[in-house]
Amino acid sequence: MDILFLLIPLSVVLVFGAGAIFWWALGAGQFEDLEGPAYRILMDEDGGENTPRS
Amino acid sequence: MSGDTCFHCGEPIADARFTTVIAGEPRPMCCAGCAAVARTIADCGLSAYYESRSALARRESDPSPGDLDVYDMPEVQEPFVRRLPHGILQATLLIEGVSCGACVWLIENGLKRLEGVREASVNLAARRASVEWEEGRVRLSAIMKTIGGLGYRASGFDAVTSRSAAARERRGLLWRLFVAGLGMMQVMMYAVPVYMSDGEMSAGAGQLMRWAALVLTTPVVLFSAGPIFCSAWRGVRQLRAGMDLPVALGIAAAYAASAWATLGGRGEVYFDSITMFVFLLLGARYLERSGMARAEELRLRLAHGAPAFAERIIAGKVPAVTERVPAIRLVPGDRVQVSPGALIPADGTVEEGSSPVDESLLTGESRPVRKRAGDFVAGGSVNLASPLTVVVTRAGGDGTLACISRLMDRALGERPRIALVADRVARWFVLALLVVAAATGLAWLSIDSSRALAIVVAMLVVSCPCALSLATPAAVAAATGSLYRLGLLVTRARAIEVLSRATHVVVDKTGTLTVGRLSLAGIFPLGVLGRESCVVIAAALERGSEHPIARPILARAAGLPAIEASGLRNFPGRGVEGVIGGRRVRIGSPSFAAGIARKDLPAELLFADAGAIAVVLADESGYLAILTLGDVLRPGARALIRKLTDQGKTICMLSGDRQQTVDRIAGDLGIDRRVAEAGPQRKLAFVRELQSRGAVVAMIGDGINDAPVLAQSQVSIAMGGGTDLAHASADMVLLGDDIEALPAAFDIARRTMRIIRQNLAWAAAYNAVAIPAAALGWITPLVAGIGMAASSLIVVGNALRLAGTGKAGPERDSGADRTVLAGQQG
Repeated sequence: MDILFLLIPLSVVLVFGAGAIFWWALGAGQFEDLEGPAYRILMDEDGGENTPRS
Repeated sequence: MSGDTCFHCGEPIADARFTTVIAGEPRPMCCAGCAAVARTIADCGLSAYYESRSALARRESDPSPGDLDVYDMPEVQEPFVRRLPHGILQATLLIEGVSCGACVWLIENGLKRLEGVREASVNLAARRASVEWEEGRVRLSAIMKTIGGLGYRASGFDAVTSRSAAARERRGLLWRLFVAGLGMMQVMMYAVPVYMSDGEMSAGAGQLMRWAALVLTTPVVLFSAGPIFCSAWRGVRQLRAGMDLPVALGIAAAYAASAWATLGGRGEVYFDSITMFVFLLLGARYLERSGMARAEELRLRLAHGAPAFAERIIAGKVPAVTERVPAIRLVPGDRVQVSPGALIPADGTVEEGSSPVDESLLTGESRPVRKRAGDFVAGGSVNLASPLTVVVTRAGGDGTLACISRLMDRALGERPRIALVADRVARWFVLALLVVAAATGLAWLSIDSSRALAIVVAMLVVSCPCALSLATPAAVAAATGSLYRLGLLVTRARAIEVLSRATHVVVDKTGTLTVGRLSLAGIFPLGVLGRESCVVIAAALERGSEHPIARPILARAAGLPAIEASGLRNFPGRGVEGVIGGRRVRIGSPSFAAGIARKDLPAELLFADAGAIAVVLADESGYLAILTLGDVLRPGARALIRKLTDQGKTICMLSGDRQQTVDRIAGDLGIDRRVAEAGPQRKLAFVRELQSRGAVVAMIGDGINDAPVLAQSQVSIAMGGGTDLAHASADMVLLGDDIEALPAAFDIARRTMRIIRQNLAWAAAYNAVAIPAAALGWITPLVAGIGMAASSLIVVGNALRLAGTGKAGPERDSGADRTVLAGQQG
């Protein structure tokens, strides 16, 4: 069970990593509009709008 | 059924003369505005919008594209346009009228078709759009006109408001919530093996788990729960026990004990309980905050009703020369020129000119009010007929629109009486709880000291005074938002509570039940021409006239093919004569018309009734028609009375008008109690008499001469017509003129009070059961945390049920209520 001494601290590091990713996402405005993108994927049939958006 | 409603906006169709071909099929439209927008959508090849939309469009009013050219000016662009590298400009726009995902697609694709537009994206939740374009290839005004052509109203989004305190606060809360959530999940992962192994875990592994949990719980306690500690500390400094105090004490005690146990290597740890508790508590607060955020958004939209620019008269130049300036730069003392059709840029006094003005944004009443030199005009109202010179008296932030915002703030800031009582109770509750918890802790120390801490923590955490302090404001805010969507602006929070208890509804007649201005009630052709032809002829004669009868006639003729009359001559007090199609035509009083028809009109065709005006149209060949104008009932008046009666309210009608007229209208609507020819004193006495017999009176009036009665009634609703909203004496203002929304308002008020009572009952029952249970040692801190947070969520969730109600849509009676005072059927 010595492997736990590696895995547990590693899990703590991962949690901080996940926190950092969320911090970036919040700052980049990922949580501003929670309704719009759902409709966006339904509407791109003709014309092929493939320009990336934030 | 589909033939009776507009394909674009869903409103009922009054007359079926508009159709637009969409995707090969002709579709009915309700008006020229909707037809124009639908045509634009179809012409751009975007008719897929109609197939995928999930909500109906807003009804289109006439767009005024002339104003949009000002958006090309650098000063106007400055607040919301940024310069990006390579000659690209980016603008953030506020878009009104966006109702569903298909609107997003419509606007984005409509804009991308413009040459030079590089990027267009619409944020549905915030009603904001971001557009990037190449400078020089396309202009911002063209972009805004395109949006207008598609049926939405765009305006520049002020960068300041986009970073408002509310958005920042929400982000902060979300971040704390996430930290707590992440901490909770991971700490649980460490705790589960300890529980499951049931004491057989090696000491080293156990210690490892505890340390890892400590490391992850610390940010949760210090950062996520930080505001809770701050607010508890503030309360202590002011010697007031807030609801955060027991929570803060519980968390602090549990954390301190757990950290001590980890350092010492033995004892119970509660990291899992702490993190879960913090997470759930923040979750409940986040939900409450989102409910409040909607009211905030409505307020921001109100603030955007002001026009973007103004024509300021440059001092000293004769003849007057004007310069275009952003409206926000106006200061008191500036003189501005307001052309017909333009928005008045700020509150001011008319210096020169005389013109009717549409104040519907502020008062809800689209009846034009004539303004002359010396009259007050409000920023945001529309100048209708002739140019006005206005001296600015109040700059942007002090204007009438800003006052509406402030009234809304006041309503949200005040609390209903029941909330204030609840606050006081909560404070005593907290003190009592602390005392009892301390006593219980001491008691347990002597019985079984190992359990004392856990029990005290459980007691502190499980109690939930938050139902008293937290959920009542949430319910009131949610209800205020719902009422606003119905068109009712709540300016005093206590109004909702009293509205729920109202037994009698006293209604003013003129301006409330009736429209308050002349409308074209009936057209009676006397010759060979049909109704529409007669109206068109009448409109041709009345075009450009400022006589009160001109407006209803022109309104009725709008949309019909117009014809020109030449040689117009006005005979003051008698009528207008003109030449149409080579023949002389007259419109006016019966004797005036007789002058050209050369024979007399049979007298019985003229109704000499109070309030009705008969205007005769005649040409050289004889009489063409009689047009009757009068003050008609509002559409929805009958439904209003019926619905209120169904709700069990007693309706009374008060009016200053003649007995005969009042009797007719009251009888028509089914109102038994009525008072006619009543001055303000009489009306006041009437309401007092009702109140002396225990009635709770809700008064609906139009505020001009009803102010004392509105104040005397326990709750009052002003129609908003003509009232200076800055001094509104009513508790609620009906911004739109849709009186049929009022029964729904009574309903919402009742439901709000019921939900508040439910919440209070739940809080009482929960605490009565949970605290003794914790004192007896039946509840662990973990279970206590879950219970407390669940209780908070239940209470807030219950309150948010009120936020769902909104305008019902096309359920109203269409023009069926248009009965004229004269009693005839149009």
